[in-house]
Amino acid sequence: MTDRREHTLSVLVENRPGVLSRVAGMFSRRGFNIESIAVGTTEDPRYSRMTIVVLGDDGDVEQVTKQLHKLVDVIKISELDPAEMVERELALIKVSADRSNRSEILQIVDIFRAKIVDVSDRSLVVEVTGDTDKVKAIVDLLRPFGIKEIVRTGRVGMARGPRGVEGSRRAVQGLEAVGAGS
Amino acid sequence: MSAMELAVSTGGRKTPAPKLPGARALVECLKAEGVEYIFGHPGGAVLPIYDALYDSGLKTILCRHEQGAAHMADGYARASGRPGVCLATSGPGATNLVTGLATAFMDSIPLVAITGNVARALIGRDAFQEADITGITLPITKHNFLVRTARELPGAIRAAFHIATTGRPGPVLVDIPKDVGLEEAPFSYPETVDLPGYKPTYKGHIRQILAAARAIMNAKRPLLYVGGGAIASGAHREVRALAEKCHLPVTMTLMGLGAFPGDHEQSLGMLGMHGTAYANYAVQNCDVLIAVGARFDDRVTGNLKTFAPRVEQIIHIDIDPAEIGKNVVPHIPIVGDCRTVLSVLLEKVKEKRHPEWWQQLEEWKREYPLQYPAAAPGEIKPQAVCEAIYEVTGGEAIVATDVGQHQMWAAQYYKVRHPRHFISSGGLGTMGFGLPAGIGAKLARPGKEVFVIAGDGSFQMNIQELATAAEHNIAVKVAIINNQYLGMVRQWQEFFHGRRYSSSYLGSLDFVTIAKGYGIKGILVTDPDDVRPALEEARAHDGPVVMDFRVTQEENCFPMVPAGGSNSEMLGPKGWME
Repeated sequence: MTDRREHTLSVLVENRPGVLSRVAGMFSRRGFNIESIAVGTTEDPRYSRMTIVVLGDDGDVEQVTKQLHKLVDVIKISELDPAEMVERELALIKVSADRSNRSEILQIVDIFRAKIVDVSDRSLVVEVTGDTDKVKAIVDLLRPFGIKEIVRTGRVGMARGPRGVEGSRRAVQGLEAVGAGS
Repeated sequence: MSAMELAVSTGGRKTPAPKLPGARALVECLKAEGVEYIFGHPGGAVLPIYDALYDSGLKTILCRHEQGAAHMADGYARASGRPGVCLATSGPGATNLVTGLATAFMDSIPLVAITGNVARALIGRDAFQEADITGITLPITKHNFLVRTARELPGAIRAAFHIATTGRPGPVLVDIPKDVGLEEAPFSYPETVDLPGYKPTYKGHIRQILAAARAIMNAKRPLLYVGGGAIASGAHREVRALAEKCHLPVTMTLMGLGAFPGDHEQSLGMLGMHGTAYANYAVQNCDVLIAVGARFDDRVTGNLKTFAPRVEQIIHIDIDPAEIGKNVVPHIPIVGDCRTVLSVLLEKVKEKRHPEWWQQLEEWKREYPLQYPAAAPGEIKPQAVCEAIYEVTGGEAIVATDVGQHQMWAAQYYKVRHPRHFISSGGLGTMGFGLPAGIGAKLARPGKEVFVIAGDGSFQMNIQELATAAEHNIAVKVAIINNQYLGMVRQWQEFFHGRRYSSSYLGSLDFVTIAKGYGIKGILVTDPDDVRPALEEARAHDGPVVMDFRVTQEENCFPMVPAGGSNSEMLGPKGWME
């Protein structure tokens, strides 16, 4: 078996009530862990796209993919190749801030090309977008000032280049390896 | 007017579809699907549906508990290959279906369960008899629907039957709020289903099939391991043809019994925890293992680390890609319908004999036969009752079982000859399954003799369905293997818990009097000489019969591979084998 690592699955599903609980329920029932899940409608309002990050070895992810495929509401699953995708998440971070340290925080926000989206006399809300490492880095730098609250969207991902994620080769190959293609 | 006529009349001439209340539309949908029986129990939320059924011409069977309804629909499906239909009201009615749905889900049985729910305006308000049954049954159905308008009802029913019966079959639940049953909407039964995310693979990959054929041709010690998928796909002829062409020994899972004739000289019987010693030795020594519609369940494999240690090639044929590599990673995976794949595979293999391998198998058969201790004078051995049922029926009867020791003895000693003739809860192990499943089977195959082999513990879990059998004079012949214990529990307590028989003694019960109370013929059998006469008397009787066989109380079921143990280490009646 290969090493455990994070895998990003892009899952196209029917935009219907209950789909999220079907997907989430399958993960818990089969004992797989979701690191992150983000859902939203696609360019076609009949469908939603889920970006699911799972931790596991290749065998785990193959089983997850096959079990997801069994859900009638799941239309397409592609595993995004880490070298061939862009992945982002958005975080809102509420930091304690007063007149004495506000400018120091603003400098950090600037370096990370983050934004201040709310200011009060005792706090700032920082909006940051980026990959997981970037979000972690800014959180670590802001921590000494006192973080009151963090809200994260979970990760969303997309394959690079002109092709839509449907064309991603990994998932298709994964199924062919077990003889599903004909 | 039938749904077909309705559909046709709206198809060509673009006249507006006639309006029907949801409940009437449901009835037309069921007719269009060719449904014969509806097993159910009425209640508030399904009153509109039951009212529409009243003069519909569809046959309703009033079960005395919704669990019985689910198992009857299940038994009907297993015996006939057609989807079973059950119907329950909201809340407790729907939750009573849960065990039956889980049973069908584990064994991949096509069921369509219809539940009423509270009116739409009351959903989510903890209304009287409200339960979130689509939420509850998410992990135990292949799919489910909550129908939100009468307009979407025909499409949901059409999709439910399609999903239940295609690919890997399974139960589908359709939840219909009470007022949807009353709401009027234009009705036409859709001819197609629109399910972009549902496309089962039937045809196997030819490259994989060729690889499998090569492996079979090069095998020195091949073994065909056949599961319930072979029966679901109707692959029994292909299984037999392949086995005979390539001289393959055949072993079956509990679910696979009947996919290959149990009395065929190439049959090794069942494998696994209570399988035959020679089947398990064959697994442990084979070099090519051909799994057909089987899923390497823990009751079959024992400890996975020591399973089939000498195997060089595992071929796994299954319609469900998720089964492949779930427990055992095969060398040659083939995703597809068993029958379709086997019929291609058959053309790609040549005749072959394996005299040395068969010499070894025959030696194991001689040395470790299926056996049980001789009865003391006046003692009825439970295995002997199962054997006698096989002998008097010539293996031509359909047998439905409950769960426990008697189930394993039935699997060992009733040598199932045909597919869909052994009806048992394999995956879930549901006690109380036998009687209702047997009733469903008898309705599906009225020309067939149906025996229910029950345990005295299991039988009491759905004993109320005797009333259903009596009402319609459904001629199931129930043989209760009565040892006054929860026998399998007692056996495990004997071996693994120092004979501390905690809550496993049931005591004596007068089943003949109980049967009489339901208006059913009862026969008490306490003498071994009366076993066959009782069976013959039951067979001759026109109607249901309950036979109470008082058997050895503390008999053990052998061979036995202790849970998690290796298949080559089996306990037999004379201690550890080899």
